[in-house]
This record gives sequence, structure tokens and C-alpha cells, in this order.
Amino acid sequence: MVFEKDLNLYATELRLGLPGSSEESIRISNKRALPDMNDDSGVAAAKKCDQETAPPTKAQVVGWPPIRSYRKNSLQTKKTEAETGGMYVKVSMDGAPYLRKIDLKVYKGYPELFKAMEDMFKFKVGKYSEREGYNGSEFVPTYEDKDGDWMLVGDVPWEMFINACKRLRIVRGSEARGLGCVV
Amino acid sequence: MQKKTAYSFPDEILEHVFSFIHSGKDRNAASVVCKSWYEIERWCRRKIFVGNCYAVSPTMVIRRFPDIRSIELKGKPHFADFNLVPDGWGGYVLPWISEMAGAYPWLEEIRLKRMVVTDESLELVAKSFTNLQVLVLFSCEGFSTDGLAAIAASCKNLRELDLRDSEVDDLSGHWLNHFPDTYTSLVSLNISCLGSDDVSFSALERLVGRCPNLRRLLLNREVPLDKIANLLSRAPQLIEFGTGTYAAELRSDVYSNLAEAFCNCKELKCLSGFWDAVPAYLPVIYSVCSRLTSLNLSYAPIQNPDLTKLVSQCPSLQRMLVLDYIEDSGLEVLASSCKDLQELRVFPSDPFGEEPNVSLTEKGLVAVSSGCPKLQSVLYFCRQMSNAALVTIAQNCPNFTRFRLCLLDPKIADYRTLQPLDVGFGAIVEHCKDLRRLSLSGLLTDRVFEYIGMHAKKLEMLSVAFAGESDLALHHVLSGCESLRKLEIMNCPFGDKALLANAAKLETMRSLWMSSCSVSLGACKMLGQKMPRLNIEVMDEKGPPDSRAESDPVDKLYIYRSVAGPRFDMPPFVWTMDEDFASELS
Repeated sequence: MVFEKDLNLYATELRLGLPGSSEESIRISNKRALPDMNDDSGVAAAKKCDQETAPPTKAQVVGWPPIRSYRKNSLQTKKTEAETGGMYVKVSMDGAPYLRKIDLKVYKGYPELFKAMEDMFKFKVGKYSEREGYNGSEFVPTYEDKDGDWMLVGDVPWEMFINACKRLRIVRGSEARGLGCVV
Repeated sequence: MQKKTAYSFPDEILEHVFSFIHSGKDRNAASVVCKSWYEIERWCRRKIFVGNCYAVSPTMVIRRFPDIRSIELKGKPHFADFNLVPDGWGGYVLPWISEMAGAYPWLEEIRLKRMVVTDESLELVAKSFTNLQVLVLFSCEGFSTDGLAAIAASCKNLRELDLRDSEVDDLSGHWLNHFPDTYTSLVSLNISCLGSDDVSFSALERLVGRCPNLRRLLLNREVPLDKIANLLSRAPQLIEFGTGTYAAELRSDVYSNLAEAFCNCKELKCLSGFWDAVPAYLPVIYSVCSRLTSLNLSYAPIQNPDLTKLVSQCPSLQRMLVLDYIEDSGLEVLASSCKDLQELRVFPSDPFGEEPNVSLTEKGLVAVSSGCPKLQSVLYFCRQMSNAALVTIAQNCPNFTRFRLCLLDPKIADYRTLQPLDVGFGAIVEHCKDLRRLSLSGLLTDRVFEYIGMHAKKLEMLSVAFAGESDLALHHVLSGCESLRKLEIMNCPFGDKALLANAAKLETMRSLWMSSCSVSLGACKMLGQKMPRLNIEVMDEKGPPDSRAESDPVDKLYIYRSVAGPRFDMPPFVWTMDEDFASELS
């Protein structure tokens, strides 16, 4: 039967174990062999013995092991908002068929937030003035606050904004008229 | 020569005969018998499955099939599940909904998998399909609870709403309130993917209470354990139930209420959920265990002996999903208790840990293969494997239809002999003649592909990672696997020669995915020129392919057959290699 044949080991085939030792007596190290790395089997096994130093951080290969992200997340205990630290809100734009998510805590103020949104959706925010709202742009950034009202982004101080903002939506300028403004 | 006139049936009779043919494949076969059969069949086809939403355009579908009531669409490639497909790749459902809105006002069922579904799409669905009965959004994304609110408010005949594994922007639990008080037709509700802290529980309770036909209810993690009893008491007719978080302080009143509620669900056969489960509350389901055919504990952090004790009480199990906390010992108990087991999935509790945290090895799988004669479908994550074990498993289970083995170290050899695992997987394909789906892992040479090409004649889907040494490997598969529909490959050292030599094969398949392999840009261009009915899409987030040499390997490649031509909704990091590509960029 074909399975009983001995397979030829190629000279370059991956072998696990210290160089010069017999194959049977070496326990396989669980170290992952990364495809691009020039990993001598000797190096991997030697590192296993070197327990005093911290084990090298495993560079994770994207896509391996093939586990869906919601599964990976569910293995972690449920974290409260405070623990995770991020303030993620979804950003959508009228006419764009996709949503993005951003962490508001990452930005120090409105200019940085706008730059990020402009990069994400390929548009320009326009100039803001308290009286007129946004000028010179087809699109206007708005947000939904904790009360469910839609407001123009930039009306309130930044700290107040990030605490109130539940999500962002970039609307067409024509639809932004008449949005509730705080003041 | 005298031409015999066919004694043909009137169209109505043929149509009546066709009404008994439900399988798409059979209908497709009937439709190519002759022109009149094609015509009759297309007018009476009610259900359509589009395995790749870019293989055909909505216009073409509508033109051929004027009266569809049920549609299933799939979008992104499977490896999108593992973050290999960047955001914005595509798979938008809006163009389909927009066109179907006018053409199929009587549409009853929409099933989508791995598609981008916006609130706008859902609002359009709600507005256009008043007779919608089934909406399944499997691994979809892009929508929020606002879209769900629109569906709830408008779809009076909705029976099934299933959001399995989708990524939903939860803005408000109040979408459940949008089901009118007069709405009582719910049969199946799966909201297990919702994350909001604010699933309006009172709305859910009222909804469950007024839907007497509710048979399937899968809650999300946020629903606390002490609310379950009340909910179950309103729906004792449930067949399938998914709990929310299964952890709470042990309180005797909560405990006894739960036990009683479960006990009263005389038809309960499937359980899932069990997030954060604590052993203290497990016994409340003991009254149900003997009847259970499906148990999903893959989110439950419970360990042995509690886990094994639970499993040992479920002799009727056909489907078992569990974390590797079950260990070899637990699988041995499973093997001796559950003789009807058909499907087993064992997931890793610590996939990125350096050292094994549990004692789960190949021995567990061997035990199950030996003890469970009906075992057909396996997904098994573990850290070591041997050819001997695989050969034993193959001999024990010649009826396997799906076999997926994921060794956490993707290039690990047979731990006993240090050989590649070629022989073991070879035994699987040789013994399991009905194998339709196979995922390989471990140290593998071109040999295993030779075995696959030789034996896996019914194989439809093959997933490969970090395997093989040369183009021969890919060639074996493409030339030998007659039934192959989907091939997905990551991090393997082959490409050009095998692809070009088997270009025609690609038109017989749904799709081919290759990432981090050795396929050159030149080969992609050649394929694009040679094969006009294939879409050759090259994905590279680092920049346009023409900025590199022809011989440079492409980052990601997705090839699929299509009668719709290249798509127009590609993001900036996807290039299509059609005939014009070469001239466009020069």
C-alpha cells in the first residue's frame, strides 16, 4: 500500500531538534516556524532551553490559526467600557456603502478628528463658523448625542463632545440645515 | 432521414412537473435540455442561490428569472473571516436590493452571507418587500439597529430574523419595540451577535410572549441569567434556545426558577450561548440533557470535571461544539456516551499561548472516531498530530464529509516520527470517498497534494496553509479534483506554472484565493488576457501593481468565474487583470 513506503526526506526539510542529535529523542518544540524567517531548528530548540530569559514574543501570522475575531473576543472576559479604554463610535457617510469605526480617545481635538474622517471617506470638511455651520463643502459632519438628537460636530467643547457622541454621520450639506445646535 | 415529431406535453404539465423539482442543480440541468424547457423552467423558478454575488449581475438574474421568491447571496471570500480581506473590499448588497425592489415585489426570503448590508439597504428591504418572511444575515456587517428597526416595523409576515455572526452597530435596544403589538408571527430569532448593553428586555419579553410559534430564540451575551427563567416560561414550546451570559451569583431562587423553566420546555433539543458559564448553574439544564441533539459550549469557560459530567448526560447528541477544555478524557466520555454524534467542533481556549494549557491531543479525536460511527463532520484545533492517528481516524470514519484539522503551529510535523503529515491526510482522502470539504495543516510536502488529486474526487472545498514545495502541488489539485469548487490557499510557495497550465479548470470552479504565495504579476496579467470569463483580482494595499516588476509576487489574488465581467465597485487596493489592464497602465 502506498502509505507504507518510506518518504524521502529532503535535505532542506524542516527538522526539529538540536543539530547532530537523533530524531527520536527530541521533544518537539511548540515554537511556530514563521515562513519568512531563516529559522535553524537548532535555534528554536535552544531557545526552549533558555527559560531564564523571557520567551521571544511570537509574531502572529495574519489568518492563523483560522479563528473568527468574535470567537477570540469571547475568550476574553467581558470588559467594561472603562477597562477597554477606547471610545469607539461608528462613522458613516451618505452614499458610501460602508461604515468605519474610530476611537475618539485617540484624537486631541476637532482638527485631528476631521483629518481622520477626511482620509477615511475622501472628502473635505469645509470651514466652520458658529453662526453658519460648515461652509465650502458638500459634506457636513454630524453626530448623535446621548439623547438621540443629531447635532453639528464642533458646536461644543471637545471633552463634552467625546462624552456625548454616540456615533458620527457625514451628511450632505443640504440635509444639515436646521440641525439642532447647542447654545 | 425522417424526422420524428416529438409528442410534447403542454407547457402547463411541464410546469407542474417542474414544481416538484426544488434543487437548483436539478433545475439547472432541466433548463438545458431544450429551449422550451429553458423557457418554462425560468418562469417557474422561485428560489435562486448565487454563490458569488459578482459572478452574475442582478440585471441578468432578473432578466432570466422573472418571479423569484427566495434568494441567497454570498459576498466576500471565506478567508475574510480571518481578517485576510481588508475593509472596503466589496460585497455590497444594495445594488441587488435596489434592482429586486422593482422586479420581485413578492420576495419572501433573503439570505445573505459575508455581505455588506447598510441601513439604507435594510430600509429599502422593509419598504419594498411587504411579504418578507425570512431575513438571514450571516456574517454580514455595515448595518445598525436602525436598519433592524425598519425591518421590525414594516415586515408583518416576518417569521425568521437571523443575524448570525454579523457585526451590528448597536445604537439602541429599542429596535425591538418597533415590532407592532399586532405582530405575532415570529418563529426564529437569532440576535446572539448583538453587543449592546441595552437590548430592551421588556420589549423582548413582550415579543416572545405574543408569538406562540416561536421555536428558535438565540439571545445575546448581555441578557442576564436571572432573566432567562421568565423568558422561557413565556415560550415553553422552544426547540432551540441560546442563553445570554451564564454567570451569576448562586441564588437558590434564581436556581430553582431556572431549573423549573428548563424542565417545562419539553421540546427543547438545541442549546447554545453559555457565555462566561459557571459550573454552579449547569445542573439546571440536566432535565433537558437527555433530549439534546445539539449543544454549543464553545463560549463556555467551564472545565473538567464539570464539562465532562455535563456531556456524559447527553446521549442523544448529534452535534457538539466545545472548547478544548474538554480534553482527551472528556472526548473519550463523549465517544462512549454519544453514539449518534455526527458533528464535532473543538475550538482552542488559548490559541496564541506558547505552551499547551490543556491536555487535548490527537487521542481525543481518535477516541471519538472510534466510538461514534455516524461521525461525518469534524473541525478540530489541537497542537499535535501523527500520521498513525490520522490513518486510524480515516479507517474508523469512512463516512466523513467534512474534515478540518487546524494544528496551532501550522508547520508542525508528526510528533512521533517527525515526518510530514502527508500519509495521514492521504489516508483521509483515500478512505473518505464522500469527502466534500477538507482543511489541511501541519508539515506537508507535495506528496499530500498528489494523494488529494488522486483520491479526493468528490472534494468541493479545500483550504491550504503553509504547505507544499512546488507548483506540482497545486497542479495535482487542479488537475485531479474533479468536483473542486472552492480553493483557498495562504502562505504556500507555488503559483505561476500550475495556474497557467490549469487555467481552464478555474472556469469550472466558483473561486480561487491565494495570499502570500508565489504568483507573479506577470502570470496574473497573462491569465487575465487568456481567460475573459474569469475575473482576476489582485489585491495589494502597498500600491499599484504596475509599480513593481512583472516577476514580483502579488500579495493577494482572488480569481472567480463571472458572466458579469469585471466589477465596478472595487476599492483602491484591488486591481482587475482584464484584457485592458496591460494597456491601461502603460
